[in-house]
Amino acid sequence: MKLVTAIIKPFKLDDVRQALHEVGIAGITVTEVKGFGRQKGHTELYRGAEYNVDFLPKLKLETAVTDELAEQVVEAIHKSAATGKIGDGKIFVSSLEEVIRIRTGETGAQAI
Amino acid sequence: MKFLKKTAYLVGPVLLALLPGVAAAEDTLSSGDTAWMLTATALVLFMTIPGLSLFYAGMVRAKNALSVMMQCFAITCLITILWSLYLYSLAFGDDIGGFVGGLGKAFMSGVGVDALSGSIPESVFSVFQLTFAIITPALIVGAFAERMKFSAMLWFMTLWVTLVYAPVCHWVWGGGWLGSQGVLDFAGGTVVHINAGVAGLVAALVLGKRHGYPQQPMKPSNLVLTTVGAGMLWVGWFGFNAGSELAADGVAGMAMLVTQIATAAAALTWMFMEWMSHGKPSALGLVSGAVAGLVAITPASGFVGPMGALAIGVAAGLVCYLAVVKVKRVFGYDDSLDAFGVHGVGGFVGAILTGVFVDAGLGGAGLAEGVSMGAQVGKQFMGAAATIVYCGVVSFILLKVIDAVIGLRVDVDEEQQGLDLVLHDEQGYNLH
Repeated sequence: MKLVTAIIKPFKLDDVRQALHEVGIAGITVTEVKGFGRQKGHTELYRGAEYNVDFLPKLKLETAVTDELAEQVVEAIHKSAATGKIGDGKIFVSSLEEVIRIRTGETGAQAI
Repeated sequence: MKFLKKTAYLVGPVLLALLPGVAAAEDTLSSGDTAWMLTATALVLFMTIPGLSLFYAGMVRAKNALSVMMQCFAITCLITILWSLYLYSLAFGDDIGGFVGGLGKAFMSGVGVDALSGSIPESVFSVFQLTFAIITPALIVGAFAERMKFSAMLWFMTLWVTLVYAPVCHWVWGGGWLGSQGVLDFAGGTVVHINAGVAGLVAALVLGKRHGYPQQPMKPSNLVLTTVGAGMLWVGWFGFNAGSELAADGVAGMAMLVTQIATAAAALTWMFMEWMSHGKPSALGLVSGAVAGLVAITPASGFVGPMGALAIGVAAGLVCYLAVVKVKRVFGYDDSLDAFGVHGVGGFVGAILTGVFVDAGLGGAGLAEGVSMGAQVGKQFMGAAATIVYCGVVSFILLKVIDAVIGLRVDVDEEQQGLDLVLHDEQGYNLH
């Protein structure tokens, strides 16, 4: 099993959800996050006080998938989240040791 | 506020000819004037709650939003009670040496159903004046926002309205020495705005900067609220300026017109200044300019003509922009929400320019007989200077005394947590 974590632009969330749905993903977790990468922040000015905003708002998506599905999921996110402009985000794939569904106690691929 | 003095000033020759010996004895109630003044009074209270409260709450950080709203609201209640007990009398009671009113009207003595002040009931006059005594200390809140203890704030405001506002109000409108010298202040450029601005600057200096200022970002929590609040201030200001005629007549109408023009001119001036220097116009700049224009036209509103108002608006937008954006940074004082930069500076610009644009040749109502423009500007300067010195010195002493007795500021930890939680055990925003 793999844990796929993606950082995306907030306005791309619906596109990504749709793409993942088409691949057959049953659930994702979304978190509002802030961070910086190569994309520069912006400047805000309030009555002459200038503030540099380095941390930009992004969304973090997490979804647990079976090994077979991992590649398709990554591809789906990759295509649906891309704008071609700097700041599109990143996808991280890591091994997942165990998954447990709390309601039933099922484990492994069955719990995904 | 005209009181009787201003009537004599402006339309003096005509009115005096019609009503020889115009005096309180001749007062008769005008239902038209009374209807307008009831409305104007509500408009001026609306400026403080909720206008100014929202304007300020949006500019502070989210953790302090409720604290400034609460300060404005509590000041409204506090000043009302003090007014009913003795403050009205100190401001408008029988003159004592041109400095302050006596205690003859304490406990609202003599303010009965039939008592008149000019052509309106004295009850209406008193509440109208009360709304000015409310907004003046509420304006000061902007200077020390985000760091003052609530208890210290209540003590300061109690002492300040007693020892500063009431006398200065009396000097100009209550029959005191500035009014009798011919200083022109139609609706409170000196009494309200210079007074509040100077007290604010002194408070900002005595309290010191907010922790982390100016290195740490202190972003406004909600400029939508600020914009809404500024709009309410503008609307309410018609009660403030046109109401200060204390009658529903041509002067009140002209006060409304010039208020509208000066405000728009100052707002656009600030916006374009920012656009030119920074590259983009901002909503906060636009509404800050509007408030600067409202402040500057206040002393002039019953005296100047429409084109005089345009000039005053442009000047206020320009000078207040420079005061807030440039001067404050150079000197490094932390006037959190620019009570001094907008109200002190705008009030001063308005006070001086009133002496210029009152001239009939510049479209104004005309200088008093035998008074040159230079002499009038001199009087205006004297009125402003007297207020600055008196208010500055007394405010400083009051703040130092309160600091020594109970302390003015919350400590650093409390300041970082935010006043809403630390002082009031609640939060303005519970969004999560």
